[in-house]
Amino acid sequence: MFFRFLRNLTKSSTLLLAFLLVPVINADWFALNMTRGITDISNEVFELHMLIFWICVAIGALVFSVMFYSMWAHTKKKNPVPAKFHENHKLEIAWTIIPFLILIAMAVPASKTLVKIYDDEAGDINIQVTGYQWKWQYKYLEDDVSFFSNLSTDLDEIYNLVPKGENYLQEVDEMVVIPAGKKVRFLITANDVIHSWWVPAFAIKQDAIPGFVNTAWTVVDTPGIYRGKCTELCGKNHGFMPIVVKVVEQEEYDLWVDNKRQEAIKLAELTTKDWSTEELVQRGQEVYEVNCVSCHMTDGQGISGIFPALAGSEIALYDKDRHIEILMEGVQGAAMNSFDYLSEVELAAVITYSRQAWGNAEKGDGEVVVPKDIVEYKEPKI
Amino acid sequence: MNKGAKKTLTKLIIAVPLMFAFGFALVPLYDIFCEVTGLNGKVSQSEYSDELVTDSGRPIALQFISTNNENMPWTFEPSEQVMKIETGKYHTATFYVKNTTNRKMVAQAVPSVAPSNAAAHLKKLECFCFEQQELMPGEDALLPVKLLVSNDLPSNIKNVILSYTIFDITDYNDEAMAHHDMGME
Amino acid sequence: MSAVIENHHDDHHHGPAKGLTRWLYTTNHKDIGTLYLWFSFAMFLVGGAMAMIIRAELFQPGMQIVEPEFYNQMITLHGLIMIFGGVMPAFVGLANWLIPMQIGAPDMALPRMNNLSFWILPFAFFILLSSLFMEGGAPNFGWTFYAPLSTEYAPPSTTFFIFSVHIMGASSIMGSINVVVTIMNMRAPGISLMKMPLFVWSWLITAYLLIAVMPVLAGAVTMMLMDIHFGTSFFNAAGGGDPVLFQHIFWFFGHPEVYIMILPAFGIVSHIIETFSRKKLFGHSSMVWAMLSIAILSFVVWAHHMFTVGLPLAAEIFFMWATMLIAVPTGVKVFNWVATMFRGSISFETPMLFAVAFVVLFTIGGLSGLMLAIVPADFQYHDTYFVVAHFHYVLVPGAIFSIMAAVYYWIPKWTGNMYDERLGRLHFWLSFIGVNVTFFPQHFIGLAGMPRRYPDYALQFADWNMVSSVGAFLFGFSQLLFLFIVLKTVMGGKKATGQVWEGAKGLEWSVASPAPYHTFSTPPKVD
Repeated sequence: MFFRFLRNLTKSSTLLLAFLLVPVINADWFALNMTRGITDISNEVFELHMLIFWICVAIGALVFSVMFYSMWAHTKKKNPVPAKFHENHKLEIAWTIIPFLILIAMAVPASKTLVKIYDDEAGDINIQVTGYQWKWQYKYLEDDVSFFSNLSTDLDEIYNLVPKGENYLQEVDEMVVIPAGKKVRFLITANDVIHSWWVPAFAIKQDAIPGFVNTAWTVVDTPGIYRGKCTELCGKNHGFMPIVVKVVEQEEYDLWVDNKRQEAIKLAELTTKDWSTEELVQRGQEVYEVNCVSCHMTDGQGISGIFPALAGSEIALYDKDRHIEILMEGVQGAAMNSFDYLSEVELAAVITYSRQAWGNAEKGDGEVVVPKDIVEYKEPKI
Repeated sequence: MNKGAKKTLTKLIIAVPLMFAFGFALVPLYDIFCEVTGLNGKVSQSEYSDELVTDSGRPIALQFISTNNENMPWTFEPSEQVMKIETGKYHTATFYVKNTTNRKMVAQAVPSVAPSNAAAHLKKLECFCFEQQELMPGEDALLPVKLLVSNDLPSNIKNVILSYTIFDITDYNDEAMAHHDMGME
Repeated sequence: MSAVIENHHDDHHHGPAKGLTRWLYTTNHKDIGTLYLWFSFAMFLVGGAMAMIIRAELFQPGMQIVEPEFYNQMITLHGLIMIFGGVMPAFVGLANWLIPMQIGAPDMALPRMNNLSFWILPFAFFILLSSLFMEGGAPNFGWTFYAPLSTEYAPPSTTFFIFSVHIMGASSIMGSINVVVTIMNMRAPGISLMKMPLFVWSWLITAYLLIAVMPVLAGAVTMMLMDIHFGTSFFNAAGGGDPVLFQHIFWFFGHPEVYIMILPAFGIVSHIIETFSRKKLFGHSSMVWAMLSIAILSFVVWAHHMFTVGLPLAAEIFFMWATMLIAVPTGVKVFNWVATMFRGSISFETPMLFAVAFVVLFTIGGLSGLMLAIVPADFQYHDTYFVVAHFHYVLVPGAIFSIMAAVYYWIPKWTGNMYDERLGRLHFWLSFIGVNVTFFPQHFIGLAGMPRRYPDYALQFADWNMVSSVGAFLFGFSQLLFLFIVLKTVMGGKKATGQVWEGAKGLEWSVASPAPYHTFSTPPKVD
């Protein structure tokens, strides 16, 4: 009766099963296990995981096979008279002591790996990782490099308006770069609530706690890009603050650091220095003489009918924003090209110069453009 | 209800507030535990001790890091990123701090030490983190920390990181402060 | 309170009062048990509806149905409601119905407190659920409510959440006191402690655990309340506090809480396996010792929930070893159940199906728990779907299957009617398939690297999330069938005999079905 019932059940739920089977068949059957990772530690962790996994499978198989056997052999039909035993001290002692020994066999290698992970030596490179709601900040302590790393996946992808990219939710605007073969230590803390910094390929997961510093270290020999995630609920966008680590060869790393440092110096120069109008005009004249003078001429009059005059131009007199835009983007269909390859300081200076020279300051608003304005103009496009 | 039941009931009713109190007792217990083990780098002030001072110390590096907690606008950074020091000697380091806002503010720095098992060997004679810092608008200061790393520091540790996170603890409900704020607006 | 018991004899021949007041004023353990069970079923459906929202959102990558902010409220309320509203009240309901009958007592020792401890529960959950409609929304910091996300960064409704946790705690504590006083003092002559049925034993231990840790939880939320409103800094680093301290206090409560939700299940399953194997339970006293050692160990393993907070090496190793040690008594219990079935005379009615599924699936959950205890591996598992799979395996086909098994097993005793066996088995198979399809793939998702509490995920997790969601809908909607079966049984059905099951032993089976409103007014004789 029971089996007939089962058959009925199967028949009536074919539709349901079909609905279920489609995703099961389509599923990625090769993505079932933990990542092996690429460091010695992550390999050891993986081996440990597999060891315990197989021990658990063996225990499970043993227990379940006895159980399923008696479910099959000791049914009421096959075995109408139950046995009477309800105790067996030898058996009970055995199944207390044997699991105990198995546990020790698991705990010993686990403890050994743990001791290795808890290594207190300094790194060749120390990076302070700070969790924010909802982004990560990285400060390279030795190299004076510091930046934020934000999710770069487009909102339209998240809200299903455009197709999702390959690295959906696993991409950032700026990756953490570390050199291959060096010991890198991460000093992990947080700015607001608790976060957790996890990169599976390195087998590192450490909570980022406001006010306290946790450490983790790694040595990665294989260059590549490794992706991780925040693993402690930290509010609304907990799922949207990924980690991307780029491991490069030492030379490339040095170049990258140099680059970042110069960028930082430049940015500091731009944003912290108070530029006076005189300084800008003086610097701007130099830039003008190199880049602009061949068309717009020294007196700013240009060449009638071919190159427009800057002296007395509406834009140079009253429209600062358009002035910046022309230099950054060029003018479509005219000889005026984009000059966005000039530095922010050079651009600001040359714009200020042409708003001040040739009597423009007196006739127009004479507004000064500082490097920060150029940075701000560029910003939304980064 | 019989006598036995009353007795059981009384015992259980006493147990409940006791366990409630035990929950609160976990707070000081945890602090003691942290202090003994140096967990979380909660290093409290220690007395000057001749016994700790020795000439047979070894060189180690003290690395400083500073973090501003959320909404803390002050400038806060170590005067030196790294200090080469010797164990068993008192050293003084300083942190530069500036109130960049136009209101009076109070701050508290919270220390943390990494690796965590170094914390127990760190003896702080004085530290700006033991008290609150009050700075007027635009005021700046050099905050000292005088410390010794004991010679018992495990020998594999060659680099100790001392981190301070600065928190804004200004009481914005305070009337004087509130007035001050309104005046600025 | 003593007056109630003394008066008891007089209204012995009266049935229950009529109408709504019967339920409002009742001090009868069977009525209160029924109230608890229906309440927990209602909460199970509410929490289940939230799980459906969660799984619907996770059906595909991308945000489709809810916003991340609301998603966080759903996971928080789902956890709180299932634990404090679903599983715990269900076990208290079973305790109310069964403990007095199993030990031959006329009622619970403190019947008025019993009424009170039930009737404050609906208020607690009304407050908790009403926070959904408050400004800033419901609590959104997960059922573990880690500071400072639950203090400085929490929505204003947190105060109401704290208040409702206090009420739930008070209810549990009163319920537990009642259980302990009843078991310790009202056993029929001849029932020594070691002769007590295992369900009674499991509840005695559970009640002690509750009395020990519920006040600690109350303390933790009180500290939160003080941090939020009275300017203290228990968990705020700026004022000398420590957010990690919150986790220590929370898990000091939280880990015993986990066993509070599984120990009564051990008791239930032991009875059912014994009955349907028609053979005396193997190793009765070792079962008791195993439960006792699990309960004691539960106080020294809490930090295994916190392996990644930066504990010192020695602490990590201690908590790893202590946690692994729990596998020994847990193993003993599983071996005992298998040994009970061995050479028995087994039949597979619905309660037995659920009990067998419990043993298999709980063991799987236990083994993945053992894997989680290994600290270096836990660095990879922690806070991923592997953990979600683990605790759902011990709680859904663990605790919840045991409750369903208990309902099928004892409902003939409660209502006097047999449930529909065909529908019961259908319910079992749908639930069994649903549970495994839902939670087994979550092991894969977790190992592949998907963190928990994520409203959206990377593309490599998409396939198994879809499978898991399909399973969840199957499991979720199957529970409406359960509701139907229970209602059908309450309304009528084949009349049950007093013993109900051929192999059933124990005092509750010695009375008529349905059990009379008052049982054992004079203690039964037990040899």
